[in-house]
Amino acid sequence: MKRLLLILALGLASPMQADDTMPPAPYAYRQLDNAQLEAKAQALMVTIRCLTCQSQSIADSDASLAGDMRNQIRQRIAAGEDPEAIRAWLIARYGDYITYAPRVTAITWPLFAAPLLLLALAGLLLRRRFKGEAS
Amino acid sequence: MSENSPKAPRWAIWLPLALFAGFVALVGYNIARPASRDVPSRLIGQPLPAFDLPAVAEGRPGLSRSHMTDGKPRLLNLFASWCIPCAAESPQLAALAAQGAEIDGIAVRDHKDDLAAFLARNGNPYTRIGGDDVSAVQMAIGSSGVPETFVIDGKGIIRYQHIGDVRPEDVPLLLQKLREAGQ
Repeated sequence: MKRLLLILALGLASPMQADDTMPPAPYAYRQLDNAQLEAKAQALMVTIRCLTCQSQSIADSDASLAGDMRNQIRQRIAAGEDPEAIRAWLIARYGDYITYAPRVTAITWPLFAAPLLLLALAGLLLRRRFKGEAS
Repeated sequence: MSENSPKAPRWAIWLPLALFAGFVALVGYNIARPASRDVPSRLIGQPLPAFDLPAVAEGRPGLSRSHMTDGKPRLLNLFASWCIPCAAESPQLAALAAQGAEIDGIAVRDHKDDLAAFLARNGNPYTRIGGDDVSAVQMAIGSSGVPETFVIDGKGIIRYQHIGDVRPEDVPLLLQKLREAGQ
């Protein structure tokens, strides 16, 4: 009986809400009617970081700020804006952290250059080795 | 290897282990040090973007960019009635207002009646309050959550951003930033 009461109490308790009760923005959960534009928006949204749940993309997140970002991105793409221009607009406000698509910048170029350098080095070493065997 | 290639010195055998130990130390250091989750706005030093938000609170007009370029530096506080740290920072906002700071508010994704109850409960230090129902202005100024407090100078340039609730120890710094913005 006691256990039953406890379970009932658990069901009745309402968890403390720290989220808003506003209905989602018009295009937070609604796709654009034009499939081509929606695909463009989707491709951008999966590479934009959710600022509330920082390991998710805004396409994956149910945070209200992510919903509002999807809403804005869909509306701007429907209005003819280029996805990369929207990404640049977001980077201008939140920095590179907002985008999951890697960019070559003054800080990140070694990440792109290092594999090429290592490949070249390996090629050089292998050539010397094969030459050694041939002689 | 060809016969004339030089032999590696004996200590070189420890190099991979040392490399590994260095890697472990680096990972350990970064695990032990709690990383900041804050995403600062990149618009510090830049002008506020144009915006025009409707009034959402009784007796407080709405907020637009033109109100924030009248020559007087002010605080721009992003808050919401559903945000618990926003209630926690209200005594500090009251203290800032009492010391002469002009505070404009942006209520993010808020209902009018919820907002009225919040202001009745926690006090209303705001000169103007604009309602940002789809977080559009929040995104335009590079804010990533509530509460956040920006220092705006008299020309509408963003001078400083405080992320999270304003604690008692943050009040002197915000007042100082306001004074600097007024110079």
